[in-house]
Amino acid sequence: MGATKMKVSGLTAFYGNKPAISDISLEFPDHAVSAIIGPSGCGKSTLIRCLNRMHETAPRARVAGQVLLDGEDIYAQDPTRVRRRVGMVFQRPNPFVTMSIYNNVSVSLRFNGHHSREEIDRAVVRSLEQSALWDEVKDRIDAPAMSLSGGQQQRLCIARALAAEPEVLLMDEPCSALDPIATAKIEELVSRLKKEYTVVIVTHNMQQAARVADFTAFLYLGKLIEFGPTEQLFERPKESLTEAYITGRFG
Amino acid sequence: MKLRFDRHARRKLFSHGITVASGLTILAVLYPLASILYESATRGGRVLFQLTFVTAVPPNGCSIIACKTVGVGPAIQGTLILIGIGGGIALLVGIPAAIFASEYRTRGLGRAISFTADVLAGIPSIIMGVFIYSYFVLYDPTITFSAITGGLALSAIMIPIVVRTTEEALHTVPNSMREAALALGISKWRTTLRIVLVAALPGVLTGVLLAVMRGAGEAAPLLFTAAGSNIFFQGLNYRVAALPLLIYNFAESPYSNQVQVAWGATLLLISLILIANVFSRYMLSRMVRKMSGGA
Repeated sequence: MGATKMKVSGLTAFYGNKPAISDISLEFPDHAVSAIIGPSGCGKSTLIRCLNRMHETAPRARVAGQVLLDGEDIYAQDPTRVRRRVGMVFQRPNPFVTMSIYNNVSVSLRFNGHHSREEIDRAVVRSLEQSALWDEVKDRIDAPAMSLSGGQQQRLCIARALAAEPEVLLMDEPCSALDPIATAKIEELVSRLKKEYTVVIVTHNMQQAARVADFTAFLYLGKLIEFGPTEQLFERPKESLTEAYITGRFG
Repeated sequence: MKLRFDRHARRKLFSHGITVASGLTILAVLYPLASILYESATRGGRVLFQLTFVTAVPPNGCSIIACKTVGVGPAIQGTLILIGIGGGIALLVGIPAAIFASEYRTRGLGRAISFTADVLAGIPSIIMGVFIYSYFVLYDPTITFSAITGGLALSAIMIPIVVRTTEEALHTVPNSMREAALALGISKWRTTLRIVLVAALPGVLTGVLLAVMRGAGEAAPLLFTAAGSNIFFQGLNYRVAALPLLIYNFAESPYSNQVQVAWGATLLLISLILIANVFSRYMLSRMVRKMSGGA
């Protein structure tokens, strides 16, 4: 296991008084893809949303415990700064409907701080290349974002997140609204992204976790059951509950 | 011989009956609108298309045929000034209030704003006029009857409409837009102003337009405030004319030329409101289409 990028310790997240995840501790290694799997409602999305302080934007949501990014508690920092270091891609593609492709990708640079036109142009090209969308959109960079297909929109959202130059990229079931071809493209992309980023991906699809992740966490009923190298978790799970889930006996 | 229909035939008959009945209710809804449009077009059309109608002052009472019907210039000017003042205030108060109510909903104040707007919208407009009137009679009687008080009274009518339509427009912006922006490290207020409000802008402007047109048609709140006038604008602290007041005053006039001018003013007012409504509906549907993902 490489150096730890993010460390979660004793994390409990509530909606109102009801905890959605409780007392979770695990470490996400640097420059690796970690997957979070588990049946619907197990708290996968809640956990990942705690990693960039998006959980608390829901009404009556709160968090107890610690999340450390490079050893510093993100809950002691300004949330907007945390979110610039920890980017996020959502379940459904959510480009800004009123903006062009170019403006979508460059939004974080245009709204946060001062960047020259050249810097922004470079960041747009770099991000679109990283998300493997550049070749498809380079001739219509000023077209509306909504003119893209669903899979393209999701890659646009990835480019938009990457343009902010985050250190960690969170992906909350990024393929659940996509067809198999688009899914394959995103998975290929995820495997390439770990060279430069730490990636945490939530998926309900175990095959996907097995394909893309170096490490996998299995969550059940808001509790972390097991976390370890993907191969070990799928082939020699330590917990009987994990084995039951990955062999399809429930979930 | 059986008198009872069989079940199937009875259901079919019932279904047809309901269809016919609901068709008739549509007629009942459309009839008043069609009738108003027809009457004001036939009676007011001739006056409206006289060149002087929008520029000249309203006529004195006169019953001989040779009397020339003249215009409603001061009333048009006054109405524009009044809705300018009222709309300006409604915009400055209503839009920030609606943003707060919609985007900071978890706080008590946000909910209080929506509730207040709902209650305000239900208050009869004459009460608004009397309220403004009594306030100024007590504290600054020199401008009790003026463009200022008239504009204030209209703004009291417009604010709840602006608040409610702006809130609705903000609600049509999907939450995923807010999340996308926040997750990029864009601050809450920037997200609200530059992402959410921009996306909702057609709806917000529609709301302002509807509120302004509603204010343009109100006579009751102006009776005690703007108070009406037959001459052009003298200043913000003088009585000022308005189209609805002119219609109110001239409609029951014994002089045919004044009645005719009232019809012309009616047609003008209705046309403006109709155009604004059609335009705003078009804008709204365009926005909803855009939000739901179609290009």
